[in-house]
Parts: sequence; C-alpha cells; structure tokens
Amino acid sequence: MAKDDAPPTTSKVREVRDAETRTVQDAQGSSLIGRTVTINRPRAELYAYWRDFARLPTFMDNVQQVDVRSPKLSHWVVKAPGGRTVEWDARITEEKDGELIAWASTEDADVPNSGRIEFRDAGDRGTIVTATIVYDPPAGVVGQLIAKMFQREPAIQARRDLRRFKQLMETGEVATSSRTRAQLEEDKA
Amino acid sequence: MRALTWHGKHDVRVDTVDDPEILNPRDAIIKITSTAICGSDLHLYDGYIPTMKAGDILGHEFMGEVVETGPGSTLVKGQRVVVPFTIACGSCYHCGKHQYSACDNGNPADNQDIGMELYGQPMSGLFGYSHLTGGYAGGQAEYVRVPFSDVGPIVVPDGLSDDEVLFLSDILPTGWQAAENADIEPGDTVAVWGCGPVGLFAVQSAFLMGAARVIAIDHFPRRLELARKFGAETINFEESKTYEALMEMTGGIGPDAVIDAVGLEAHGFFVDNVVDQIKASLMLGTDRIHSIRQAIVACRKGGRVSMPAVYGGIVDKFPLGAFMEKGLTLKTGQTSVQHYMPGLLNAIVEGKIDTTFLISHRMSLEDAPKGYKMFHDNQNEVTKVVLKPGFDAGTAIAAE
Repeated sequence: MAKDDAPPTTSKVREVRDAETRTVQDAQGSSLIGRTVTINRPRAELYAYWRDFARLPTFMDNVQQVDVRSPKLSHWVVKAPGGRTVEWDARITEEKDGELIAWASTEDADVPNSGRIEFRDAGDRGTIVTATIVYDPPAGVVGQLIAKMFQREPAIQARRDLRRFKQLMETGEVATSSRTRAQLEEDKA
Repeated sequence: MRALTWHGKHDVRVDTVDDPEILNPRDAIIKITSTAICGSDLHLYDGYIPTMKAGDILGHEFMGEVVETGPGSTLVKGQRVVVPFTIACGSCYHCGKHQYSACDNGNPADNQDIGMELYGQPMSGLFGYSHLTGGYAGGQAEYVRVPFSDVGPIVVPDGLSDDEVLFLSDILPTGWQAAENADIEPGDTVAVWGCGPVGLFAVQSAFLMGAARVIAIDHFPRRLELARKFGAETINFEESKTYEALMEMTGGIGPDAVIDAVGLEAHGFFVDNVVDQIKASLMLGTDRIHSIRQAIVACRKGGRVSMPAVYGGIVDKFPLGAFMEKGLTLKTGQTSVQHYMPGLLNAIVEGKIDTTFLISHRMSLEDAPKGYKMFHDNQNEVTKVVLKPGFDAGTAIAAE
C-alpha cells in the first residue's frame, strides 16, 4: 500500500487506525477522538492554560468541575444524563513543558478514559493543538449505558471543546448566540 | 421587548420576547433606531435557507444607540452605532487578514458542525440568519445583543441621519466588495445582474473604481431607472435577450467583468431556471442559478466574475467548461463589513456615496410582517423597507 503523509488516525484502513489508537494510549477496543485546531496564540500560553486542569470546565461543556489535588492528581466531576454526575480521579501520565500533556483516569474509574493534548508551533499562525481523548467503557449492561452516554457523540464533544478552547484563548470569551442568561444556562445544561 | 420572529415559509410575526442581556465581556446591548429588511431576508421568508427555527428573530441590517456595555466593550452608553451583519472576533488569523466574514470564532462551537458538514469549514456568525451562521438573534427588534462590540460597530459622527448610514451594516459594503472583487481596471465595461440594493451599490462602486461603462440587468422598470440615474446603461431581460444585447453593446467582446447580484432565487422564465425550480421543489438541488450561468457565458475571455449573490447549496449545470476555456477568475464570499466600514463612512461624509435614494418605505416595527409581504410581492416599487421601532403601529412613510 502506498504510504501518504496524512496522520494514521485519518486512515481509511481500520487496522491502521486501530494500531494508532494503541500507540497513542495503549487502549484496546476503545473509541479514539483526535482533532486538530490552529490557535492564534503562543504555544507557552496555551500550554499553561490547559495545564491548570481546574480551568478545563471553562471550555469543556460536559465537565462540571476539576479539583487539582496534587501536581499529578486531579478529581473530575462530569455531567451525566438526568442531571446526575459521574466522578473519577485522573493522573498525569506524561508531560513535556510547552509541548504535551497526557492524563488517564485511575484504576477504579467507572469509565476508564484518557487524554492527550499536544502543542506545536505554527509560525505566524500561532500554535497547532491536537487533542486525543479515549473512552474505554466497561462491559455489561451498565457498561453499555455508560458507553452510550460517553460514546454517543464524544467526537463531536471533543471537537466542540477544542473550538471553545480556541475561542477562549483567541478572544477571551466563549462565543454564544444566546440572548438571555436563562437561555445560556439552558444551552449549557 | 417586541421583535420580528420567523415561524415558517411566508409566516413572520411581531412577538413579545425577553430582552437581551450582556452575556460575555465584549458584548454590548443596542437599542435599535432603524433596521432594514434585506433581500436576503426574503430567502428566509421564502424558506430557502435551512436550519431556521420557529421564533428566530430576523434582521441583520440595523443601527441604534448603545444602552449597555460589558467590561470588554470599547463602546460608551449613548453612542450611535451601525452594526456589521458579520460577527467577527477581530483576533483570529482570518480577522488579522481582514477576512472578517471568515472569522473562526464568531459562530458558537456547537453551531460550527453544520458548516463543516456542508462546506468543509465552519461558517462565521451572522445576525438573524439561521443556525448555520450561529443562531444569533437579529436586529428587527427593539434591542439586540452585539458580541465583540469592540470590533464590529462603527460610531456615527454627529450630523448624519440614520438613513444616510444604515446601509453600512451590509448592502453598501457588499456592493462595494462586489465591485472590488471584479478587479475593475480604468476603462472597463462591467455588467451587473440584479438591480436590488447590492446591484445598485455595485453600479455606483464600479464607476468610482474607474469603470467606463456599467450595464445593469433586471426586469423591474423602477430598479432599472435607479441604475440609469447612476449612469448605468440597462437591459430589461423581459424585453431583450441578455447575452445578445451584451455582445452587441460591447462590440462582440463581452463585458470585462461581470457581477452576479441576484443569487439563489433567480427569477425569469428560462428553461434551465424552470428545471432548477422543479428540482428545488423536489429537494434535489437547492439553488436556482440562472444569473451566474449567464454571467459566465457573457463574460469576455480572461475576464473577472464577482459573485456577491447568496448561494447556499449544491448546483448542477454550472458552465465549468466556459469558465475554464475562457480563463475566467471568480471571487465571492460574505462581506467583510468591518474592513470596508471606515472608508465607506468617509465616502458618505464627503458626499461621494449616497444611499438614501434606495429607501422606498419606512414603517413601524409592529408592521414588519406587512413590510415583508410588500417587499416580497412588489419588488418593482419596494426597493427598501426600513423599520423604525420608535414609530407607532400603522405609521408608514413612503418615499417622496
């Protein structure tokens, strides 16, 4: 097969994509969501904002709160259907100042998940930011329910989160077309 | 507040809705003093634009008084401003290149998916123009929330009336950009399809940019008369064959530049147009594109095609062969209003451009549904309807 320059995550060949999934996160049978945006801000600034996980809810719509418990450990509260929430601890598994941050939920998480964000210089266009988020729901009925909850539109969610990050970094705010505060709250719920 | 809301094809109503609020630091709230119905609002009225929702507030040509500002706004309460219809952040890569209508951030993240599906990249945000472009409430209302108010709105100098500056919001810059996109060289002959407001402003702009001749094409006598007032020669396509007339008028060469200011609802009884209409009604294709086909075929070899006209979907029978073989260049796009506003405001102050001739009707916001119907049904007489939230219902002033 002729090799091209496109990232393996975009391959039409399933085996190529799956292989990439494993190299990214050592995850098996999980759903990989990778997205890339270019943000018109310096790399160091973007890295610094993301590295403070407590600020993730400012642009991740489904994340209600992240408490940073230690330099490596954080506690996540994530919105679930029916006004409920799901919580887990996550640990930073790899970080390279200004370049990448990788994290993964700890062993006892109901929905094992991991993420990786990479920052690359893009010259006068700013910084190329690539996010990879992997959910690995457990088997069984409960697992299916959780899978549905997290997998239904995780690609869309990740893509939108990344866009919101871009908006926040470039403009200082997250764009909304709501007219009133009540509408805004309703849209976020 | 009271606002003009969309409920379906040919169904717009004035409803009472909640007042807008400051939601982001760079927001401002504007109390509307004048707001116009745009020809492209008729595309919404006719149900041609997807992703509309019942209750959406329409209107993207508006101006008014600043009544509230967020901490990041540079506006001051009491200022009179005209607001661009394109919502641009001013800080992304595209805004940095003054391609404001391609702004990455004006459209909320959740709404960008549709644009990606349809067009490959998400659209920028626009006021009152479907959820494809953000789902923002428009300005045919008493008040409007304006995001990124430090970038878009332009402050109107004292002494200029609403009528003189209102069209800076869309159609004047759109007509100007249309002429600019035609890369006019001194001595050129430029043909303009459609003598609606954008076409008429394109006629004016083309002359200001050095065109020797402008040929305007329409079938409404009143509109052709307006084009003639600005020095254009005219073709009434109901009386003459457009292509043949253009070839005769240009000595067999064809116009150096052509401007399609008609768009997806092209009128006229032509075979290809009828086929388009049938297809549109069967949902097989969405756009009726007679005007751009004709413009491409008429354009001289090596000429320029400018397309300010609004198209939304996929077309067929596009004369790609003529386009390629003749070596034409096409430029198009939503208008980067913010880029053109300061220069055009100056031109108005200096008396180089007049826009007030266009207004045929002024009426209360309460009578907006009537205004839509009039504009839709009688495009010969009704060239522009300006709604005034300050007027009492039933107050209507027709132009002298």
